[in-house]
Amino acid sequence: MSSAMYERMRVNPKFQELVTKRSRFAWTLAAIVLTMFYGFVMVVAFNPASLGKPVSEGSMLTVGVAVELFMFIFFWSLTAVYVRRANTEFDSLTQEIVKEAWKENK
Amino acid sequence: MMRNLTKLSTALGLLAVAALAFAGGPLEGVTEKQATNWHAIIMFCIFVTMTMGITYWASSRTKSTADFYTAGGGITGFQNGLAIAGDYMSAATLLGLTAMVYTQGYDGYIYMLAFFAGWPIILFLMAERLRNLGKFTFSDITAYRLDEGKVRTMAAISSLTVVCFYLIAQMVGAGQLIKLLFGLEYNVAIFAVGILMMVYVTFGGMVATTWVQIIKACMLLAGGTLVMILAFSQFDFSFQNLVEKATAVHKLKDKLMYPGSLLADPVTAISLGLGLMFGTAGLPHILMRFFTVTDAKEARKSVLYASGFVAYFFNVIFIMGLCGILIVGQNPEFFEGGTVGGKLIGGGNMVAMHLANAVGGNMLLGFLAAVAFATILAVVSGLALAGASAISHDLYARVIMKGQASETKEIQVSRIATICLGFVAIVLGILFEKQNIAFMVGLAFGVAAAANFPVLILSMFWKGLTTRGALFGGYGGLISAVTLVVLSKSVWVDVLHNAAPLFPYGQPALFAMPFAFLLAYIFSKTDSSARALREIDAFEDQYVRGQTGFGASSASNH
Repeated sequence: MSSAMYERMRVNPKFQELVTKRSRFAWTLAAIVLTMFYGFVMVVAFNPASLGKPVSEGSMLTVGVAVELFMFIFFWSLTAVYVRRANTEFDSLTQEIVKEAWKENK
Repeated sequence: MMRNLTKLSTALGLLAVAALAFAGGPLEGVTEKQATNWHAIIMFCIFVTMTMGITYWASSRTKSTADFYTAGGGITGFQNGLAIAGDYMSAATLLGLTAMVYTQGYDGYIYMLAFFAGWPIILFLMAERLRNLGKFTFSDITAYRLDEGKVRTMAAISSLTVVCFYLIAQMVGAGQLIKLLFGLEYNVAIFAVGILMMVYVTFGGMVATTWVQIIKACMLLAGGTLVMILAFSQFDFSFQNLVEKATAVHKLKDKLMYPGSLLADPVTAISLGLGLMFGTAGLPHILMRFFTVTDAKEARKSVLYASGFVAYFFNVIFIMGLCGILIVGQNPEFFEGGTVGGKLIGGGNMVAMHLANAVGGNMLLGFLAAVAFATILAVVSGLALAGASAISHDLYARVIMKGQASETKEIQVSRIATICLGFVAIVLGILFEKQNIAFMVGLAFGVAAAANFPVLILSMFWKGLTTRGALFGGYGGLISAVTLVVLSKSVWVDVLHNAAPLFPYGQPALFAMPFAFLLAYIFSKTDSSARALREIDAFEDQYVRGQTGFGASSASNH
């Protein structure tokens, strides 16, 4: 039974829509995080001195601290953005797909 | 019968605490042991009494296997978020990272970002499918369409390896810490932690373990924040002011805010980044927390809350460490013999504790010490539960009994497994007392990143993964990660006393992880057996379920 249900969901065009939209969204966000984080790790590895510079003359706030604080906040904001879209748009799309598969089942 | 056992266990637990409280007698002369700290002991007793009450309540709600492993899937996203944060922030986080900022400055902050950056990735790429495909353990996912017996055995072995390394690190840390903070015997402390953990997990299962985590996470967040505010207020809450003064007195001088010696060579920096990021995504006790919530929606929310708490707390620790440089580092009271710049009383990891003492007196010190103890207890409980479920759910119920075991029997086995793990933890804790265990956490993360993560992610994303590929990838990752750590400086030189390490880097992830992926790929691609074809065919259904959650186990009876 359940295999037939999965088959019906798979052929539903909404399923393709869900998968394409969500994967694109998730991978884009993941790519942003990975690029920024490993970019930062590369700077730590190859050009550490640039992170020790102050953001402005006389300031004790260094570029490294500012960049990291920004990443903490930015990465967390990205998780919030993802959760928001997944819990509304993607979830209702998923529910529709499941409901339609049930309907066909009857 | 159950009720009586619970009463007995509560009594036992309280006894263990009482034993703890009265054991601080004669050996005051040993250098590292401190005078018995009554504030800390009383506050810790309050914590234990409270959590024992919860365990008593939880035991009446732990009837099915789902209750035992996943609290019946009835934990809300917010509660689960706190519990994940609790699982993730061990005593090493509070004490070790504060100390790292205190001695290395900015390097500590880099470490913390690496510990944090795994979370968004877990959310974007894994949380959904984890929740939709798994039931009790992450092996449910890898075994979904592969040969259950072989794949689960492998996953259970690598889970138990991770759990054991992590347990050793926590137990030895617990013993040392409690000796320092509470002024108690090392062995007494080890037994207290082991016995309390057994009581929580055996009787309260995941319900009790989760609540212990939640309470502890709140205490940790509150305690850390309070110390940070009191300390930072001495610098008028000005980061400029704080850093100016800190760089002026610190022995690193202007280099305090530079990336420094910890990440000196690029390979170590990248390997560490990989290990911490993907290790998090392969820790069995963390992955298990994705099954305690109702559905994928709540699972996502838990990651949002958890990463928020973790990010916040890391920044608190950064400020605490910097304040420590001035408040602790300039005060002769906290140094042995009263010489500023000498050895800190109780060792390098005591910065956070001395800071609490300096800004809030004995009460705050006691509170933070109790928090540290509670933290160890909670993390150890989470680990034991993950280990026990690998034994009872994966090995016993699915591999040995082939799914024919009754729920009652399975819970019984997991309780026995918990008790065995508790004793293993106690024995290992005592055996490793004098060893340098710094590498243990790194090893746990390395194995998690190289053995658990590649197979898990491939089984979710790659249609072509077959049983043969998964086995080679999983075992290959496990063996290579362990071998590389054994050949690295932390074991080969520091433990085995050889002259030079055979593997020059401290972190195995950069090498072991790609190796595992490669093996899994090659041995799946060259697998043309009928079984492999069936497994590849079965991916389609798994894929739809992973995407929609249709057929996923839902919250039972809550």
